Amino acid sequence: MDVSHPISNASPRSELLAGARAIFPLVVGAVPFGIIFGTLAAGSLSFAGTLAMSIFVFAGSSQFIAIGLLASGTAAPLIILTTIVVNLRHLLYAVSLVPHLQKLSQFWKLVLGFWLTDEGFAVAIVRYDQRDISPNKHWYHLGAALFMYVNWVICTLIGLTIGRWIPNAASWGLDFAMSVTFIGMVIPYAKNYPMVVTIIVSGITALLAHGLPHQLGLMVAAIAGITAGMMTERKTR
Amino acid sequence: MNEFLLIGGMAIVTFLIRYPVLAMSGRIKLSPQFLKILGYVPPAVLTAIVVPAVLMPEGNQILLSYMNARLVGAMAAIAVGFWRKDLLLTIGVGMAVFFGWQGLLAMLAGNAG
Repeated sequence: MDVSHPISNASPRSELLAGARAIFPLVVGAVPFGIIFGTLAAGSLSFAGTLAMSIFVFAGSSQFIAIGLLASGTAAPLIILTTIVVNLRHLLYAVSLVPHLQKLSQFWKLVLGFWLTDEGFAVAIVRYDQRDISPNKHWYHLGAALFMYVNWVICTLIGLTIGRWIPNAASWGLDFAMSVTFIGMVIPYAKNYPMVVTIIVSGITALLAHGLPHQLGLMVAAIAGITAGMMTERKTR
Repeated sequence: MNEFLLIGGMAIVTFLIRYPVLAMSGRIKLSPQFLKILGYVPPAVLTAIVVPAVLMPEGNQILLSYMNARLVGAMAAIAVGFWRKDLLLTIGVGMAVFFGWQGLLAMLAGNAG
């Protein structure tokens, strides 16, 4: 009997709930970030525009950068170009999901693709990589993605409404919530030498390349980190 | 107006990054070597976002000092994260230390000035 690949017969419903439960801490971390987005965006976008951005773009860091650029008078085409560069990391996520989603229907690919985020991806990939053979792992992914989405839209709305009554909400540093959330997400990866090298090289490169236009430094740093980790892995083997 | 075009444009480009690879995934075959590389994607990307946000609070200069409340909060989060593998606790302690430190710095600045 192959005990390394146990068959899991978790129902879609239980996978959905487990995914939502798994992403809960990251949803909590996104709450201040979403509220501050709604509050800040009100300065440069209309009420409907702010809400529409969270509903249709649904990419926190690029939304933040967009309203920052908008406030400094940047033209729309340049903001869209920056959005491409900032969100290019999602391409890496999508490629990582290929082996796990390729057998699903086009509808599932569309839904999970639209709702792809750093947080949703990080939670889903851990589930996909677990060794049990379950036909319903994509329901876990959906549970995580859906919770993240609904929370983001609601928090934007809270920022748009209640946020106006909080004095200087922008200066509190609520956006730091995203930083601590991502720190918490990185820590479980730091368990072997190549991964630690990836983290260090990626972090240092991000600092060095920070001055590049349109936030290009993010992609440069990620690729440098991945390459360094791979090279270390090859050497230590 | 302009706002509609901006949001529509951002939505389209973001979707066109996220979806097409998945749409074609049935016809894509990735080598085991390539799959291994992809394992490094999450920590590399997340670190590249976090490090400048924490160390460059003003956006262009590295601030390695106790005056940087983000750095102090991040160090607390890292310590708690390694000590207890609890994500919610890591986020909670990191935020609490950040706000506490920020308040302390503001108080000290108030006394000095």
